Amino acid sequence: MAFFDTSPIDRPLDEAWGGDVGDYVALLKPRVMSLVVFTALVGMAVAPGHVHPVIGFAALVAIAVGAGAAGALNMWFDADIDGLMRRTARRPIPAGRLAAGEALAFGLTLAVGAVTFLGLVVNWLSAALLAFTILFYVVVYTMWLKRTTPLNIVIGGLAGALPPMIGWAAVTGSIGLPAVVLVLIIFLWTPPHFWALSLYRSDDYARAGVPMLPVVAGTGVTRRRILAYSIVLALVALAPVALGFAGVSYGVVAALSGAVFVALAWRVYRSGDDARGERAARDLFTFSLLYLFLLFAVLLAEAMGAGLTGVA
Amino acid sequence: MSLIVNAEPDDRLERVTLTDAQKRRQRARSVAIGLALAALVALFYVVTIVKLGSNVATAPM
Repeated sequence: MAFFDTSPIDRPLDEAWGGDVGDYVALLKPRVMSLVVFTALVGMAVAPGHVHPVIGFAALVAIAVGAGAAGALNMWFDADIDGLMRRTARRPIPAGRLAAGEALAFGLTLAVGAVTFLGLVVNWLSAALLAFTILFYVVVYTMWLKRTTPLNIVIGGLAGALPPMIGWAAVTGSIGLPAVVLVLIIFLWTPPHFWALSLYRSDDYARAGVPMLPVVAGTGVTRRRILAYSIVLALVALAPVALGFAGVSYGVVAALSGAVFVALAWRVYRSGDDARGERAARDLFTFSLLYLFLLFAVLLAEAMGAGLTGVA
Repeated sequence: MSLIVNAEPDDRLERVTLTDAQKRRQRARSVAIGLALAALVALFYVVTIVKLGSNVATAPM
């Protein structure tokens, strides 16, 4: 008597499917997300008008999730070059802990959810700005500029600069000059910040074929541009005082920290491709993070102080 | 005497088997999704209350 074997076939699950919770959190780029949330919060704080704290919190959650979605979509598309760079090789997809398809589905779901939620709960202008930011970061920067031109972070930096405008729009339903100035500050801050990093990571970028400025134009050109951008940044960072939406404390902090920023950029400009040059670039990179945080923290403190004392 | 003949591959049920580590990660993901959904429910509820505000009392029947 013959019969067919109908026993099931057991197959192991590919290790790349089903990562840890921490892998999904890493896809959201938490450090970038925290900067986005912080600058969006400042945009909301300096905006005229009032928003209910719960609605404001909901707006920040949506902006945070939208930023995280953009990070996940960036990691999905860049998995091939991330695996070639020391700084990014341990990310979940190149490390083989997560499948690219999972990151794509995760990112798309969060992006659509965040934009829809922001539109329904807050207003559609802020939702449109969030959608534009995500699209700009993923399509214009990640898919197009990053691999084709040394202007990648100059133009692409707009995506990281927009959160204060989203925050402002969430409160006012419009776009104001102060919001544009805050965007401009982050926009001008981005190139010297990333060029400083790329000065001591240029071998990484070269190996991955990413045309960062030191790889394409050389470190001399990069050092000159860092100095030029730093000077312009330090001056533009004083604009909030000139326009009247920042006070004396901000002016003092912006002037002093701007002077330090330019001094560090000058040190980078004067240094060469040796250990001293690398230290100068690392110092500028580290200080640039503190600089942006200081500027926006003082703006936030002033806005909160004005709110507590009833000063418009 | 019995004779076992393998069925065509299409006819047999395919199952995915998880290792202990994969089962542990799956459980952790499920807990995280549950917590995220609970947080979303709470957020939607509070936002709805805030949006409606006192209009609940004056809404036409």
